[in-house]
Amino acid sequence: MKLNGSQIFVEVLVEQGVDTLFGYPGGAVLNLYDELYKNTDRIHTVLTAHEQGASHAADGYARATGRTGVVLATSGPGATNLVTGIATAYMDSVPLVAFTGNVATTLLGRDSFQEAYIEGITMPITKHNYTVRRVEDLADTMRAAFRIAQQGRKGPVLVDIPKDVTAAVCEFTPKAPELIRTVTTYNEEDVKKAAAMINAAQRPIVYFGGGVRSAAGCQPLRDLLEKAGMPATYTLMAAGVLSYGEPHNLGLLGMHGCYTANKAIDEADLVIAVGTRFSDRVALNPDTFAKRAKIIQIDIDPSELGKNVAVDLSLTGDASYILQAILPYVEKTEHKLWMEQIRQWQKNDYKPVDSDTELKPHQLIAEICRQAGPEAVYVTDVGQHQMWAAQYLHHTKSRGFLTSGGLGTMGFGYGAAIGAQMALGRDARVIMLTGDGSFHMNLNEGCTAVSYGLPIITVIFNNQVLGMVRQWQTTFYGKRYSDTDPHRHTDFVKVAEGFGAKGYRATTPEEFKAAFADAMKQQGPSWIDCRIGKDEKVLPMIPGGGDINDIIME
Amino acid sequence: MQQQNASQRRVISLLVDNQNGVLARVASLFCRRGFNIDSLTVSATNDPKISRITVTLHGNEQELNQLILQTERLEVTRQIFELTPEKSLQRELLLLKVACNNQNRAELREISSIYKAKIIDLSPDSMVFELTGKPDKIDAFLTMFDGYEILELCRTGVTALERGGKHQHMQKPVQEIREAQLPLPGTHCPQE
Repeated sequence: MKLNGSQIFVEVLVEQGVDTLFGYPGGAVLNLYDELYKNTDRIHTVLTAHEQGASHAADGYARATGRTGVVLATSGPGATNLVTGIATAYMDSVPLVAFTGNVATTLLGRDSFQEAYIEGITMPITKHNYTVRRVEDLADTMRAAFRIAQQGRKGPVLVDIPKDVTAAVCEFTPKAPELIRTVTTYNEEDVKKAAAMINAAQRPIVYFGGGVRSAAGCQPLRDLLEKAGMPATYTLMAAGVLSYGEPHNLGLLGMHGCYTANKAIDEADLVIAVGTRFSDRVALNPDTFAKRAKIIQIDIDPSELGKNVAVDLSLTGDASYILQAILPYVEKTEHKLWMEQIRQWQKNDYKPVDSDTELKPHQLIAEICRQAGPEAVYVTDVGQHQMWAAQYLHHTKSRGFLTSGGLGTMGFGYGAAIGAQMALGRDARVIMLTGDGSFHMNLNEGCTAVSYGLPIITVIFNNQVLGMVRQWQTTFYGKRYSDTDPHRHTDFVKVAEGFGAKGYRATTPEEFKAAFADAMKQQGPSWIDCRIGKDEKVLPMIPGGGDINDIIME
Repeated sequence: MQQQNASQRRVISLLVDNQNGVLARVASLFCRRGFNIDSLTVSATNDPKISRITVTLHGNEQELNQLILQTERLEVTRQIFELTPEKSLQRELLLLKVACNNQNRAELREISSIYKAKIIDLSPDSMVFELTGKPDKIDAFLTMFDGYEILELCRTGVTALERGGKHQHMQKPVQEIREAQLPLPGTHCPQE
C-alpha cells in the first residue's frame, strides 16, 4: 500500500509495540503530529513542558518496564533539548528511541530556521543514529533503531527525519517486529574455569551492576549466591535487584557505599563482577581496588572487559545465561568464617542518629517506605538525597529504583517519574525523592503531572543549599561555600498550588507523617517540602581516588 | 592501568559500511576515547558497500585491545583486526621537497638512487622525491636529509593487507535470536 512518511511513522511505531510517545510538537514535526492526532486510539501521546522532560520521561518509562522508551521532538532547539536525556540514557544503557524532525532535505546544511545537525551532536551519546533522507528508507531505519536499542547492551538510538520525508509517499510493507538478539552463547571452558575459581575461593564476593537488571532475569544471581554461600554488593544501578535485608546482601558499594561492602571487596580473594564497569565511583582507585582478589568479569559488552581494572577471567554474554551455566559446576558451600568476619565488620557500619524533633533524611526515607510499601517505584534526582535513597530505601523490586547513575543528571527525576507512572498506570505508586537544587531544575514538569492526573508524590529534601557540592566544600575546600548557598525564597507549597498540584510543608517527623498520608490519598500530583539541616552529610564517604583506608565515617 | 608491554607501532585494519558519516563516527570515537592516532587512511574496496580504514597508532596491548573492542561496538564496523608486521604487507608513500643548488644536487641524487626514490620534479632551487616502502624505510630515508633544507613533505600514512589467501577475522560476537521476552511492567525480576 502507498503511504506517506507520517503514516509510515505511525504504522511502524504500532508494529513495534509502542503505546506511549513522549514529546513536544513544532514546525518540523507538524505532519507527524497530524498523523498521531488521527491515531490517538493506537498511540497515546504525552506532552511535556520541555523536551528534556520528555526525554527523561521516555527514559523512566524504559527503566520501569524494560521496554523501549520513545520520544519525539522538533528540529533545532527541540532536538538539542533532548541531548541531556539521551546522554543520561546512554550512560545507564537504557533502551530509548528518539525521533527528531528536521528541515526539508533541500534546506539541510544551509543554516535554515531551527536547523541543527543533531546527527553529529548525538553521535557520541547514542549507540547509533540516522538521518532519513528518502521516505523509502524510513520504515526499515525505524525498525533498525528499535532493534539496536534492545540488542546486546541496550542504549539510545536517534532517528532524524527531515520534514519533506514525512510528506513524501512510497510503498509500505508491514512487517512483524524482529526478535531481540542477545548473546546467549558462552565459552564452556571459561564457564568451568569460573566455577573452579569460585570453588577454590575462601573469601569470595559478588559485585554486580545494572547489567543484571538488564539481563534476561536475575534469579540465576540469587541462586548462585545461595549455592556458593557468597555475599554480594551492588552499584547504584543495581539497587533493588537483591531485596533489602536478604542475608547475602551487604548493601551499596563505592564512594557512598557502606563500610562492610567496601571492606569485604578489599579483603576478598575472589571478586565476581557481573554486569558492571568498575566506574570511578566504585573502583575509586583502580590500582588498589580488590587488590587481594582474583577478578572474574561477566559482561554483555566485550569492550567493558578489563577496561578500567585488569581482570583474571572474562566472560562475554548475558549475565543471566552465563550465571545459569556456571551454577551446575559450583559446589554447595557456606563460607562460615568469611560470613562471620563480615558480620563483625557490619557492627562498624555507619549508623545515623535518630531525632524526634528534627527531620532526618534516613527517618524520612524510613517513613516513606513504611507508608508507600515495597511495591512502590522510587525515582530520584541527583545529589545527597539520591545517595540517602540508595542507602536507606528498603528496596524489593529490581525495577523499583530509577536514578541517573552514570551521567548524574540533576533534573532527571520529575520527567522519569512521569514516564514510570505512565508506563505502570495510575494505580501504581510512584514516589519521587529530590533535593531543592535538583527540583528547581525541572519542576516545570509539575504541570505535565497535573494535566495527566498523575498521583506522583514528591518529597523534597530541602536543605536550602546545593548539599552534595557543599559537602565537598566542607570537607575538601575549607568551608569556602562558593555558589552553593543560593538564598532562594521559593515557597514550594505556593508553587504546587500555582501548578494546580497539592503542596505540603513539614518541619517535624509528625507533620511529615501526616502530610505523606494525605498525599497518598490525592488523585493528582503533590509535593512535600521537608526542611532538613544544611549540614547533613552523606556518610560514609571515600574520597575520589581513595580506598577503604581513606573512608570518612563522621 | 598496568603497563602490560611497551608502546610500539601497531597497524589496525577496519572494514566498515561505505556510507556517509562513517569516518566521522570512527574519528569521533577515537577522539573521545583518547586514542592517539599516528595515521589514518580511508579507501574504497572491491565491494562498493564496504570501505577500508587503516589506522596506525602507538600503544601497548591493553590500549590496542580497547581500541579494537570500542571500535567494534560501532554499528558501522563489520570487521576489525590487527595487522602484524610479520603477517602483513605495509606500505606508505612519501613526497618530499628539498631545497638544492648546483653544489648539492648530485649528493641528493645519490641518496635517492640508493633508496630507489624517484625524482618527480626538479627546479633550479628544489627537488621533489617520491618514495614508497615500509614506514621504517621512509623514516630511514628522511634521516638522510638532516643536513639539507626540507621545504615540504607529505606522507600518506600506512596502507596494509595481509599476506596469503583468505583469512578469518575477528567479527562481532555471534548473537542468537531468542523470543522477545519483554518483561511485564514491574514483574521483571519476581521475588521467588
